[in-house]
Amino acid sequence: MAVIVDYDAGNLRSVQRACTEVGLAATISDDPEAIRHADRIIFPGVGAAGSAMQSIRKSGVDVALEHAFRSGVPILGICLGLQISLEFSEENDQTTLGFLPGKVCRFQLRNRDLKIPHMGWNEIEVQRRHPLLEGINDGDEFYFVHSFFPEPENPTTIFASAQYEREFCCAAGLDNFFGTQFHPEKSGRVGLGLLDRFRNWDGRIAE
Amino acid sequence: MLSKRVIACLDVRDGKLAKSIRFVDTKDIGDPIVKAREYYLDGLDELVFYDITASSEARNIMLNVVESVAEQIFIPFSVGGGIRSVRDATDLRMAGAEKINVNSAAVLRPELISECAAAIGSQNVVLSMDVRRVGKTAEVPSGYEIVINGGRRSMGMDALAWAKQGETLGAGELVVNSIDADGTRDGYEIALTRSVAERVRIPVIASGGAGTPGHLRDVLTTGKADAALIASMVHYGEYTVSEVKTSLHELGVKVRMSW
Repeated sequence: MAVIVDYDAGNLRSVQRACTEVGLAATISDDPEAIRHADRIIFPGVGAAGSAMQSIRKSGVDVALEHAFRSGVPILGICLGLQISLEFSEENDQTTLGFLPGKVCRFQLRNRDLKIPHMGWNEIEVQRRHPLLEGINDGDEFYFVHSFFPEPENPTTIFASAQYEREFCCAAGLDNFFGTQFHPEKSGRVGLGLLDRFRNWDGRIAE
Repeated sequence: MLSKRVIACLDVRDGKLAKSIRFVDTKDIGDPIVKAREYYLDGLDELVFYDITASSEARNIMLNVVESVAEQIFIPFSVGGGIRSVRDATDLRMAGAEKINVNSAAVLRPELISECAAAIGSQNVVLSMDVRRVGKTAEVPSGYEIVINGGRRSMGMDALAWAKQGETLGAGELVVNSIDADGTRDGYEIALTRSVAERVRIPVIASGGAGTPGHLRDVLTTGKADAALIASMVHYGEYTVSEVKTSLHELGVKVRMSW
């Protein structure tokens, strides 16, 4: 059974509905035991890094996620779920889970006409092949809502990027963890395709 | 580069599409769920349901409709109309709306915006403002006044000042609906939209007056809007959503073209 990790970070039912649409049965849970026994995990979330980490630590979800990551369980991070999987976030100057070496930075835009958050549909560019990105073409658009972006330390962990005044990483992964800054559950057919591939992903990145 | 969004707005009353909308295909008459799914599959970027229901019984019908739509469309989905409290907002969110639109109740009690922002996040709170062109006065220096209750009641508030206040209170986006242009299909109120867009740093959605793809182009370029709301131009079957987007693309506006 797949588990969608609940940690008071937004409405997770849209993620669950999108999973249902692609035939992935997923329960929403904040129970560390359920997460520990999940055969795949979706780690979504919107909100602030500080309160998210507080909630995750308090419930013991951090330890359960760490265990799942070390055990090779496929994990999909979405938006804040990706961000707090890195080591540090400029949002609330928060130390985060650290599955993925690197940090999360705030957009510093010079162009006053560009809005923050970066909200809407934007093109992505695939930087590196990944089983979850199969069939996605450069220029395919996904839905974003965020003010901070991931900056993984190792370029080989960056799988896709997008442009918002500057280029930024919008999909990153390491071993059995993969995360997207965009929202596959809100990105129409291309987003559902990614969730469908996650349904069958064995957690390995084939070379 | 971020695309400009095309957003379709469906007015829903008692769980059915409002009477003013007459569809060509008779089997679709009155079913907002069918219409939402059709637009989604045809490349719509975002959907808005506007609940024009009066009674509280019909509110529950609306929640059921929202839930059914949320199961079938996988793009941002926002619901507005009659939201007076955080409870109204969270009920709709639980049913599957991504964003909620506040309007009249926020004008009467601006704290509603900050309360909703605290409960569901600024990015999910859309402040929808109905605006009428009036003469410039001391009270309304821009010449654009806020009206509520579907334009029936003037508030003596300046639209640009209200837009700025809404942003400060925590609105994540603004819908600028011109009462003058609404229903005319002669084009959006470009000057108003541009004035608001230049005043705030949150996305601005233009509303009212869309009749042709050229109108959308104008408000998305000259009007500096981030998104354009359409209704009757697609509801009556004159254009499909994909035709609107293809035309915009051909007119040089960056829109999502693969879906």
